[in-house]
Amino acid sequence: MEALGVDADIEIRLGTFDLQVQLTVQPGEVLAILGPNGAGKSTLLRALAGLISIGAGRIAIDGESLDEPSSGVFVPAEHRPIGVVFQDYLLFSHLSAIDNVAFGLRARGVAKAAARATARDWLTRVGLGDHADRRPRSLSGGQAQRVALARALATNPRLLLLDEPLAALDVGTRSGVRRDLRRHLESFDGMRVMVTHDPVDAYALADRVAILDAGRVVQIGTISEVTAHPRSRYVADLVGTNLVVGTADGGELVTDSGARVVIADLQPGRSFAVIRPQTIIISRHSTLDSSARNLWQGVVGDIDRMGDRVRIGIEGQLALTAEITSAALESLQIRPGDMVFASAKATDIEAYPV
Amino acid sequence: MTYCHRMSVRPLHRSRRRTNAERLPLPALLIALIAIAFFSLPFVGLIWRAPWSKAWDVLGQESVRQALWLSLTCSLWATGFALFFGIPLAWLLARVNFPGRGVVRALCTLSMVLPPVVGGVALFFSFGRRGLFGQYLDRWFDFRLPFTTWGVVVAQTFVAMPFLVLTVEAALRQLDRRFEDAARTLGGSRWYVFRRVTLPTIRPALIAGAVLAWARALGEFGATITFAGNFPGTTQTMPLATYLALESNPQEALILSLVLIAVSFAVLIGLRDRWLGGTGSPATTGAVVR
Repeated sequence: MEALGVDADIEIRLGTFDLQVQLTVQPGEVLAILGPNGAGKSTLLRALAGLISIGAGRIAIDGESLDEPSSGVFVPAEHRPIGVVFQDYLLFSHLSAIDNVAFGLRARGVAKAAARATARDWLTRVGLGDHADRRPRSLSGGQAQRVALARALATNPRLLLLDEPLAALDVGTRSGVRRDLRRHLESFDGMRVMVTHDPVDAYALADRVAILDAGRVVQIGTISEVTAHPRSRYVADLVGTNLVVGTADGGELVTDSGARVVIADLQPGRSFAVIRPQTIIISRHSTLDSSARNLWQGVVGDIDRMGDRVRIGIEGQLALTAEITSAALESLQIRPGDMVFASAKATDIEAYPV
Repeated sequence: MTYCHRMSVRPLHRSRRRTNAERLPLPALLIALIAIAFFSLPFVGLIWRAPWSKAWDVLGQESVRQALWLSLTCSLWATGFALFFGIPLAWLLARVNFPGRGVVRALCTLSMVLPPVVGGVALFFSFGRRGLFGQYLDRWFDFRLPFTTWGVVVAQTFVAMPFLVLTVEAALRQLDRRFEDAARTLGGSRWYVFRRVTLPTIRPALIAGAVLAWARALGEFGATITFAGNFPGTTQTMPLATYLALESNPQEALILSLVLIAVSFAVLIGLRDRWLGGTGSPATTGAVVR
């Protein structure tokens, strides 16, 4: 008897793209798959749903194989205990809200009246009991999402998949819908896997997050673990910090491009280092008489204003983002293309092994 | 909230459309008016010259009523066959990638561009009594197509089905297949998904294709007269009767033409408003919802 939950070891090759992912989802858990566009998130979701088959590996729910090429097992989408809330929700426009929710039950041969009664209960649960006869086109984005959720849950799936559940909404309604979604997801006791490119969704809705980049899971853990110690440029960019990878050489980390970063208490071997933009000091001239052990030369790239703060991209042997106040920017008179020096204290840089 | 949104959007749509029409360059407008005249003048001529006083007598004739009945039933049978065979064919052409698909598509739509008489000749030499395949129909099943009412249906189906196939194939290609995926994850078998999601989604194209095919079948002349002949009560449809009447009794031909025009026009108008009126535009569907 295998453990309960989702056990996925997926290998898919689609043209030049190749996806290799190992995941487990515990009963009752919400796992977010976070990654940039083209990372393979949708492919992974389609494989779990049974809309495409995997090339090698195994997908199992509660110990039951759903896709296992080595033993010739493939359970098609319509026979998997899985519900999906698609991006854009994909409500059937020729059916009313209640018939959309009843669709899965009708497809399983439940009589129309019984299916509609169950569907009505679900619509009431998501707060749309009085919208049963509305067509999808007359629903707002948030309402459509709740109908899609009710439709996916009405068949009592073991696993609920959500593909970018908030991407179709405009920014103004997103936070309210996110709060509702969180509440509805909490009332569902099955497993949930959510694909998103928005770390805020992952943070608000998931217990654990898997970072998917170029077809590989580069990091998996709780949100705070992942954001505190990013292991990919993607996550570092998401949390707005500088991530450097290199090999320790004495007290210095030498990056693959040859830049040197002095770090306190550096362990030998390959390491990641996080240089927070707020800790970087920018100057026009090299300041030899500073206590900062690091001094890098570079050219100013993009300058982004965010209220009183300014983010400055510095291009050079070590590409960095520094954050200073707009007052500092004014007094230094920095413009894109200018040569500047960036410095950081060795004690401000955190390193951890790769 | 959505309602307010919709309310504010719809009048804008309408006014934009009106200004578009007003901005049409004058030469283009004049040419368009000539085109409208080109389409409507023949009907004006027909109506003007029609012997209205004799209309009732002509319509009362047994042969005319037979021809009208034959035309309606045969064209509906042909439309039914076109739907029955055409939808799977369109699905095959749209969804299944097989070698020679282009050739198969060309073959299945050839009769649309072929002179109908040629189609009739081809049918005659293959399904005629001595035809390549027709001889076996005759010998084994004692079944003959040429010069029978079923021959009319076959000739009409032959020329009409491509209209349905091409329309439905285009709709299947444009269809967002993620909706079918969604239906499958909800537990729908392929057949259930096809019935409950695919067909309803392409319904406008299906109806448009069926109407086109029906109209083509109703007007079919060349293939019918070549393959099925011209026997009153058996194979003489309205177009055949009209053509023959033109030689013997032109006034009867006028009346018959008007009947055909009235039937076609009524169907086109009726279907257009109810089914074909741009389901794609949110404004129209908004109106339907309300």
